[in-house]
Amino acid sequence: MNHVSTMSNRESVWSLPLDLVSPADPQLFKDNAHWAYFERLRQEDPVHYTADSEFGPYWSVTKYKDIMAVDTNHKVFSSLSTLGGISIRDQRADFPLPMFIAMDPPLHDEQRKVVSPIVAPGNLAILEHTIRERAIAILDSLPRGEEFDWVDRVSIELTTQMLATLFDFPFHDRRKLTRWSDVATTVAGPGGLVETEEQRQQELRECAGYFMNLWNQRVNAPPTGDLISMLAHGESTRNMTPQEFLGNLILLIVGGNDTTRNSLTGGLYAFSKFPEQYQKLRANHDLLDSAIPEIIRWQTPLAHMRRTAVADTVLGGKHIKAGDKVIMWYVSGNRDSEVIERADEFIIDRARPRQHLSFGFGIHRCVGNRLAEMQLRIVWEEILKRDLDIEVLAEPERVLSTFIKGYLNMPVRIRN
Amino acid sequence: MAKITFIEHNGTSHVVEAENGVSVMRAAVDHNVPGIDGDCGGECACATCHVYVEAAWQGVVGGRTETEETMLSFAAATQDNSRLCCQITVSDALDGLVVHTPDGQH
Ligand code: HEM
Ligand code: FES
Repeated sequence: MNHVSTMSNRESVWSLPLDLVSPADPQLFKDNAHWAYFERLRQEDPVHYTADSEFGPYWSVTKYKDIMAVDTNHKVFSSLSTLGGISIRDQRADFPLPMFIAMDPPLHDEQRKVVSPIVAPGNLAILEHTIRERAIAILDSLPRGEEFDWVDRVSIELTTQMLATLFDFPFHDRRKLTRWSDVATTVAGPGGLVETEEQRQQELRECAGYFMNLWNQRVNAPPTGDLISMLAHGESTRNMTPQEFLGNLILLIVGGNDTTRNSLTGGLYAFSKFPEQYQKLRANHDLLDSAIPEIIRWQTPLAHMRRTAVADTVLGGKHIKAGDKVIMWYVSGNRDSEVIERADEFIIDRARPRQHLSFGFGIHRCVGNRLAEMQLRIVWEEILKRDLDIEVLAEPERVLSTFIKGYLNMPVRIRN
Repeated sequence: MAKITFIEHNGTSHVVEAENGVSVMRAAVDHNVPGIDGDCGGECACATCHVYVEAAWQGVVGGRTETEETMLSFAAATQDNSRLCCQITVSDALDGLVVHTPDGQH
């Protein structure tokens, strides 16, 4: 198959005692060796309990329909940060800013209502032109006939510039956005992105100061099309407390950073694995409408979301107890062939391309979904217009994480 | 059977012969009506089947469910006559129904 679940990897996974099958191992994701674990769980034990792991005991939910059932049942499955939050690694209780992704109703609903319309399609159209200009400039600056790193030169740079565009953030400082996003989500530790929790807090305070400054400028100027101005002038947002404003802003940055970046790399990688799909697209650019959601399904930029049960419940015949950690493995549900035909394959003209779990479903469904799609569409439109022939030279190196499913680098060359 | 008219944001209209028992979202998607996405397949979990029901039809179509109310409260440009049309089931009573689609689904 096209995933690197090599024969030996597959065989050894299938011969493990079932209770030892634990997909929540960052190394598996780094080695791209997680597929066989999920294949086995979907087949033999779709709702699966692991008693012991580096993240403590947890349930794995691996089938599309069971994931949908958890994602839409927020009364039983909580996102609350104080219960551990939304990823398998328990959230630190001292996280400085309130974000509605890790809240339950009614607070979640109030905050989401305020932010959501800002990234609705009508508003996005205002930003499309600038995003396209910047994408063009980056693509036209790429070297021809020589090797370079797609992740750094294209995925990170484009995502960063797009974020800067969305917030009308001072352009020369744009890598600060990427830095703050990384810092906000990292685990502090020696040798890590930040060494100590104090350093982390310090950088986030700097971020807070920077954004308060921008807010003050924009609130005193006539409305412009960027997200900060929209927040500062919007009827339901202009009275937000500074804490709320910052929490929501950082959530928008974090939400749109790694996910978009890794979709940009994942798309090119997918086309390199399925070159006939690229030929299909070259012959008919209209297929981009379905190719973009297919890239997002195939990549699944966030491998999971986590919930904490707040009541005893039964799922797939298993008894889940109040307090249990429940992992919705989107990365597995997106390969569930009961719902998605030939789910392992990358097929750009599927009849229902948006029927995938990468954005979640229910009240927490990704607010930025159409924005993410728009950004990817612009980039691929411009690649197609230039008919760039991009060759992937080696397997990308992957991120060591069970949450962010992405790439550290990917060497490529544009053929002359 | 019911004849349902979908009017796009730009004014283009599409008339669909819908079978009883399916949802209005399903009828639209199966007939390739643009402007209705239906990402979640009718689970009331995505709000990409948002429509505005013409005033004359609001009483016939009925009100929102609780989940629908929540999902719609996050959508852009929600109005009093907004519905998620995966939550409306086609029946003879809906023959002649007219709904409008928003400028984008989100
Ligand atoms: C391909 C790119 C993206 C992917 C795969 C993605 C994925 C996700 C997922 C899985 C969730 C949680 C869904 C759930 O729990 O049911 C989510 C929530 C969220 N995303 Fe995205 N996202 C992407 C891009 C973006 C962008 C560009 C933004 C910025 C506007 C964004 C902002 C958010 C926010 C604010 C939430 C919280 C929603 C809530 O809790 O109500 N995302 N995203
Ligand atoms: S199709 Fe998803 S809410 Fe109607």
